[in-house]
Amino acid sequence: MLSIKNLAVSIEDKSILKDFNLDIKPGEVHAIMGPNGSGKSTLASTLAGRETFTVDGGSVQFLGQDLLDMEADERARAGLFLAFQYPVEIPGVSVANFMKAAVNQRRKHLGQGELDAREFLLKMKEKMAMLEMDPQFMSRSLNEGFSGGEKKRNEIFQMAMLEPKLAVMDETDSGLDIDALRIVAKGVNTLRNEERSFLVITHYQRLLDYIVPDYVHVLFDGRIVKTGNRELALELEARGYDWIREEYAALT
Amino acid sequence: MSETDKMLRERTQTEYQYGFVTDIEQDIAAKGLSEETVRFISAKKDEPGWMLEWRLKAFKNWQQMTEPRWQNVQYPPIDFQDISYYAAPRKKPQLNSLDEVDPELLRTYDRLGIPREEQKVLAGVAVDFVMDSISVLTTFRKQLSEIGVIFCPISEAIREYPELVRKYLGTVVPPRDNFYAALNSAVFSDGSFVYIPKGVRCPVELSTYFRINAAGSGQFERTLIIAEEDSYVSYLEGCTAPQRDEHQLHAAVVELITLDRAEIKYSTVQNWYPGDAQGKGGVYNFVTKRGLCQGVRSKISWTQVETGSAITWKYPSCILKGDHSVGEFYSVAMTNHHQQADTGTKMIHIGKNTRSRIVSKGISAGKSQNSYRGLVKIQKTADNAYNFSQCDSLLIDDKCGAHTFPYLEVHNSSAQVEHEATTSKIGEDMLFYCNQRGLDDETAVQLIVNGYCKEIFRQLPMEFAAEAQKLLEISLEGSVG
Repeated sequence: MLSIKNLAVSIEDKSILKDFNLDIKPGEVHAIMGPNGSGKSTLASTLAGRETFTVDGGSVQFLGQDLLDMEADERARAGLFLAFQYPVEIPGVSVANFMKAAVNQRRKHLGQGELDAREFLLKMKEKMAMLEMDPQFMSRSLNEGFSGGEKKRNEIFQMAMLEPKLAVMDETDSGLDIDALRIVAKGVNTLRNEERSFLVITHYQRLLDYIVPDYVHVLFDGRIVKTGNRELALELEARGYDWIREEYAALT
Repeated sequence: MSETDKMLRERTQTEYQYGFVTDIEQDIAAKGLSEETVRFISAKKDEPGWMLEWRLKAFKNWQQMTEPRWQNVQYPPIDFQDISYYAAPRKKPQLNSLDEVDPELLRTYDRLGIPREEQKVLAGVAVDFVMDSISVLTTFRKQLSEIGVIFCPISEAIREYPELVRKYLGTVVPPRDNFYAALNSAVFSDGSFVYIPKGVRCPVELSTYFRINAAGSGQFERTLIIAEEDSYVSYLEGCTAPQRDEHQLHAAVVELITLDRAEIKYSTVQNWYPGDAQGKGGVYNFVTKRGLCQGVRSKISWTQVETGSAITWKYPSCILKGDHSVGEFYSVAMTNHHQQADTGTKMIHIGKNTRSRIVSKGISAGKSQNSYRGLVKIQKTADNAYNFSQCDSLLIDDKCGAHTFPYLEVHNSSAQVEHEATTSKIGEDMLFYCNQRGLDDETAVQLIVNGYCKEIFRQLPMEFAAEAQKLLEISLEGSVG
């Protein structure tokens, strides 16, 4: 699915990711945890193709293609989805219109015809129901005036609509109360299957109570410094990141 | 819409631009403007003496006026003696099939969803008509006349309804109002006349059915619309199809009058030839549009979508004279390449409890310049007047310009005036968000711009709104890269 080798990324000459390696196989859920400033969001943005970040070295293969050679929209159409930490407001563009454009672009890429209005509406209603969203969201301007929780739910809704191969979730749990967290997790778990992979980026272990990962990686100073299973996340929760910092300092 | 209506509509629209229904023969006036030219035009139109006098007076005014230069647009001096002020209807080049038409133009027609038959007409391909359009028009005019609505070319109104024309012509835009209004008054070729009698709600959007009569491609159009007490009319002007025209200068005048509790809704989609991507050619669109809310609780609402012309220079305005009268101005002005627009509105509050609302959206791309210029004037007499203005500018490139010139004159302390203005650039974050959902830059910009203009499109009659949206998408082409 995804194979990242020796990736190095910087922003404005400041090196963020250094020698980053990660392999994700179809159907796997990987969690990436780490303290603030460790490079978590940089990783998400780089994978999605944001141009503000400069790739200094390394390679990324996505479904057999050179991901770094693709534009952001090509990556999306190929099946990479990013649930944004801070979803952007687009005034005057309804959720329905936005999704219609996006879903049809993706279908076109897959060689499928456009969904007709009825099919599309039914699909939207179904996914909204799953995420316990009011169907009136369809006609609201995208993210405009949405609460933090609504924005995050809307991201998962879009993920459900677009049915990606790989979903990268950038701190989707931040700013969510426990009920919203449960609903978002339910949405993600419904989408889990043997082919779809997830890269869940989070600061807190809490989310992983609901979305149980196959692997947990600790990102520190732009590198993965520790990999384990769910137990590692619990240990981080209990002990904080200081011991990682100490271990890392001892190594280098 | 019934089958008949649909058929009639198709037929009338198909005929659109094919020429005005007039008795003009093949004459063309020699270039140049003099008293003789004015007399020639008036004679050609078989006008009564009072009309000729009116034109001559306007011409005298014009001679004493100087061309205004305060607007934020630039163009070489216009030689008014190098223009022919009277020409017979244009003869389109006759082509044998669509294969002979510029493929770029056809692509645009396709994108706008214009039917093949209509494309032929627009492009000047010879077509056979099963039905005579004149009879269609006659049928519709008969239906309208049964409820007392008059809708005809203004040249016809001058002959048939002189008392109405004399009573109202030039009362809202006097011939000496400005340089181009004076010029128009002296030499106007034709235009539309609409009269809605007391208590009548006009059942059709005028000129949806009558584009052939209403739009015309005259160089100096003159439109006069009168809504009597308790009446209502919605009038559509223009056409989304690209219109190429050899006339460079267009100076139209539009006058609207509403009496007690009457309402006029005037919608424009302007897509004159903007010139090429290098800024060569294109129409100068210098227009005076003004409405007078004469009666109490009357209302005039302007909605415009301006995407064409090399230079657009106009301020559809409202004089709110009647107590409790309402004026509205909703505008989208999109400029690309080397286009220039200086447009906005004037809201003149005279009556008590008058209200006005201005929503202007400017979009600049390429190397274009886009200015909003607006005046809100609250006179001493206008107790409790209220205005809300919102002027937003969106920049798509870094070589274009957006300018805002809001003027405010308040002479009554009970007035309440609100003004909001924003200038924004389509942000990297917005584009990236769209890209991440699989939308390419062009689709993303179209989506964002359409969202930005939604409030204005909502004011347009529905099918017109869809056309306007498509038009904007086409105008945006090549602005992202």
